[in-house]
Amino acid sequence: MKVIIDNKEIIANEGETVLEAAKRAGLKIPTLCHHPRLSNYGGCRVCVVEVGGMNRLITSCTTPVSDGMVVTTDSPKIRETRKTLLELILSDHPNDCMTCDKTGECALQDLAYEYGANVKENPYDGAMRQYPTEDKNQFIIRDFSKCILCAKCTRVCDEVRAVGAIDIMKRGFYAKVATSFDGVLDCEFCGNCVDVCPVGSLTEKLAKGKGRTWETGKVDTICGYCGVGCGITLHIKDNTVIKVTPTEKESVNNGALCVKGKFAYDFINNKDRLTRPLIKKDDKFVEASWDEAIDYTVKRLKEIKEKYGSNSIGGLSSARCTNEENYIFQKFIRAGIGTNNVDHCARY
Amino acid sequence: MTTKPKIIIGMGTCGLAAGARAVFEEAEKYIHEKKIGAQVIGVGCIGMCHEEPLLDIVMPKRTRVIYSRVTADMISKIIHSHIQKDKPEKGHVLSQMLPDDGANPYPSIPYYEEMPFNKKQHRIVLKNCGFINPLSINEYIARDGYEAAKNVLFSMKPEEIIDTVKRSGLRGRGGGGFPTGMKWEFCRKAEGSPKYLICNADEGDPGAFMDRSVLEGDPHSVIEGMIIAAYAIGANQGYIYVRAEYPLAVKHLKVAIAQAREKDFLGKNILGSGFDFDIDLKQGAGAFVCGEETALIASIEGERGMPRSKPPFPANKGLWGKPTNINNVETFANVPQIILKGADWYAGFGTEKSKGTKVFALTGKIKRPGLIEVPMGIPLKEIIFDIGGGVADGSRFKAVQTGGPSGGCIPAELIDTHVEYESLIAAGTMMGSGGMVVMDDSNCMVEMARFFLNFSTDESCGKCVPCRIGTKRLLEILERIVAGKAKENDLELLASLGGTVKTASLCGLGQTAPNPVLSMIRYFRDEYVEHIKDKSCRTGTCQALSRYIVNLDTCKMCGICVKGCPVDAIADGTKKTKKPALIDDEKCIRCGICFEKCPFGVIYTKGAKKAGHVKEGLSEVKV
Ligand SMILES: Cc1cc2nc3c(=O)[nH]c(=O)nc-3n(C[C@H](O)[C@H](O)[C@H](O)COP(=O)(O)O)c2cc1C
Ligand code: SF4
Ligand code: SF4
Repeated sequence: MKVIIDNKEIIANEGETVLEAAKRAGLKIPTLCHHPRLSNYGGCRVCVVEVGGMNRLITSCTTPVSDGMVVTTDSPKIRETRKTLLELILSDHPNDCMTCDKTGECALQDLAYEYGANVKENPYDGAMRQYPTEDKNQFIIRDFSKCILCAKCTRVCDEVRAVGAIDIMKRGFYAKVATSFDGVLDCEFCGNCVDVCPVGSLTEKLAKGKGRTWETGKVDTICGYCGVGCGITLHIKDNTVIKVTPTEKESVNNGALCVKGKFAYDFINNKDRLTRPLIKKDDKFVEASWDEAIDYTVKRLKEIKEKYGSNSIGGLSSARCTNEENYIFQKFIRAGIGTNNVDHCARY
Repeated sequence: MTTKPKIIIGMGTCGLAAGARAVFEEAEKYIHEKKIGAQVIGVGCIGMCHEEPLLDIVMPKRTRVIYSRVTADMISKIIHSHIQKDKPEKGHVLSQMLPDDGANPYPSIPYYEEMPFNKKQHRIVLKNCGFINPLSINEYIARDGYEAAKNVLFSMKPEEIIDTVKRSGLRGRGGGGFPTGMKWEFCRKAEGSPKYLICNADEGDPGAFMDRSVLEGDPHSVIEGMIIAAYAIGANQGYIYVRAEYPLAVKHLKVAIAQAREKDFLGKNILGSGFDFDIDLKQGAGAFVCGEETALIASIEGERGMPRSKPPFPANKGLWGKPTNINNVETFANVPQIILKGADWYAGFGTEKSKGTKVFALTGKIKRPGLIEVPMGIPLKEIIFDIGGGVADGSRFKAVQTGGPSGGCIPAELIDTHVEYESLIAAGTMMGSGGMVVMDDSNCMVEMARFFLNFSTDESCGKCVPCRIGTKRLLEILERIVAGKAKENDLELLASLGGTVKTASLCGLGQTAPNPVLSMIRYFRDEYVEHIKDKSCRTGTCQALSRYIVNLDTCKMCGICVKGCPVDAIADGTKKTKKPALIDDEKCIRCGICFEKCPFGVIYTKGAKKAGHVKEGLSEVKV
């Protein structure tokens, strides 16, 4: 079907939303609560657009396209409405961007800037929610005063993780994201809520104060913890990993991570971590080069096989290796060493 | 025709609140003790809430006589005279009903139907309320009950039903006024199965009790309407979503559903027609927003009651993602009558675009509050003055709020406005579900707006920004206006922010929450300006803007106010000082204790500017 968005004729797909069609056509519509992997919500309302023939503004993230629809994504009325919405949000926001870990990649900050929202003399100044920050759990700092109630965290927890550790409680102005009975967060700690939070309401405890967003280098890599091979992005400052996020690129995990991939990275710079092979000499481990270590292993395996036979050797591998690595390993034991004594923690 | 005398007592929530339970028990006790062969029956609200408790007596072959404001100690006298001697107790009689079936009327008792409260009413939805025992399906059946359901199941095609409802012009009575037949057609044609039918009995507007009265007084009419609708759209399962704060309605519905199942009007293969339909009750926890159809659906599904974006509409994707039709209690209650008497008969009431009748809950500063049913198109004036008897003596009618917290007010100048969907919208308000709150010149229009907005702000679900934060900010502006702390541009701010909340909110709650304040500014701008610029409230409602002033000439110097003042703001005023009381305006905290305590009524409240005599913080005479 054909729709006209900002005077551009676009071929749209049945069932697609106005936002999706506009995005494919290269048009940018601001959003705070929309996330392509989550159900459509329509809570923040900043994606409002005008549709020909309708009085009310409509939210592009929830409205399906229809044939012949004429859409305007930017007009004085739309800009004014978006600005008012942003000022309303900011009227109940601490606006302590100077010390907020989210600064630099905060969706609210970016939109406030783009729309020239009045922060200093906000016309809607009034009462603010006073909820103490919850940081008693191990991994996540939950600063409710910064929450814009976009419900991305509750939706990712429910729709993607199928955990449902959090939902919205209370009504109206005092609505709040909470665990059951509003206790300390105690869940799987996949951290996906932190990854989708558009503002500084949910942040990683381990990364607090470790570096501003623009100071960190970003390196895409694959998580080393298991064979799934999730795409991750390491945030690095001074050659140290200070935070891990799921990669934004196409990846097998499609934006999800588990507690290990997300939070268990402090081994990287641990001083006890082995970074070079060790060979035991005179009852003591001595550092060696890789060549040395491999030659030594080959030599010893050969000696043992000759003296005691193939079945005196066995191999144990790990589920943390990839399928390919495990395949090669069993091949080596079976064909190279000549024994069936091979296994790994998830069984061959 | 009655063979035994019948004593009929109004036992709706309004009757019970007025003390009907004690009257009922006393009547039972009395006839038991005196061995009188009479039957005592509880019925739903007949609408005359201002005359409750109501007790009616029907003697065999005589007209039904209505006694009003009955208390337990009157019982012996009334029953003795009326039942034992067939002489109505004149002292407490209100009226008698027009004779039917050749009943013999009593001389010189006015007819109920001709009383000013009833004369301009026309009862379709409420035809049984107050007339039948709601706990008896047989009484419902005796008044044509379930005839319409039988007709459609055995002699009408679903399309014919839809066509009849369309031609009748029936529009949704839940507030939106969407044409009912058209809605049914959407759902009938929607792809997907199963289909569901929901009756919206959440009724959360403050001051509204239309649906409650129908459910309490005539639950079968709603069930029958649902059977017809279910057959028309092709649904086999229905839900009635009723608020748990309506315990009597819940009880009557439970009984009615069980009776309907027993008589084979609900369940598998209804009356052998091959059509299956059953109804479950879902009790809501009392959130106003759960009356919004998509939030209601979420609530039935066990989710948090938050609205979902439309489209998709419930007709296509409703309960559990399936095609669902949802209508209001009153909408359903109209349907059996439309089927029985025909679309043309129904369309004969009302105006071109608003057909039939509408039930209203008349409350506020009105002489005769109650539940009324009037033909659409009736001028507001007739409702307020002819039916409701106008406002209390000595005060002036100021405005009427229709549509509750989602609607707006209609000022005295527009009292000739006709009650129909379009003309009410043109006047800046809406039909709403039927609450009508009457205001007189003692009502402050800033305070009224604050009251309604406070309700909407509390009831916002918190999903979307304009409603969650916007209504709160609008409320704060009104709070500071009534507290005398208004800012210069507050009126403009109310208008612009109100506009954004209306256009940008997700659901009807936010989209209509600014209506009361916007319409009150539209019609009573002066009062707002007075509050903001002059810091005065002409009605004396806004305490912070009131000044307590003593009339120096009439003060008796009794010292009572001096003792009562919790902050020692009153000087003199005792026999010792021989000077009349003087209130220090700076110290005064506007608690109003002196005003209430003065036994001689010499303390006045006035808006500061109006009084104009506040000097150096001390009040003076001449008000
Ligand atoms: C905040 C809000 C509260 C509502 N409350 C009710 C209600 O209590 N009862 C009702 O029938 N409709 C209520 N409605 C309207 C429903 O969403 C819906 O339009 C109606 O039930 C449809 O039935 P009808 O077509 O028969 O009017 C409410 C709407 C909103 C936005
Ligand atoms: S915590 Fe973050 S993701 Fe969750 S609702 Fe608040 S702003 Fe949205
Ligand atoms: S308008 Fe109010 S009640 Fe409706 S979705 Fe938005 S926050 Fe909830």
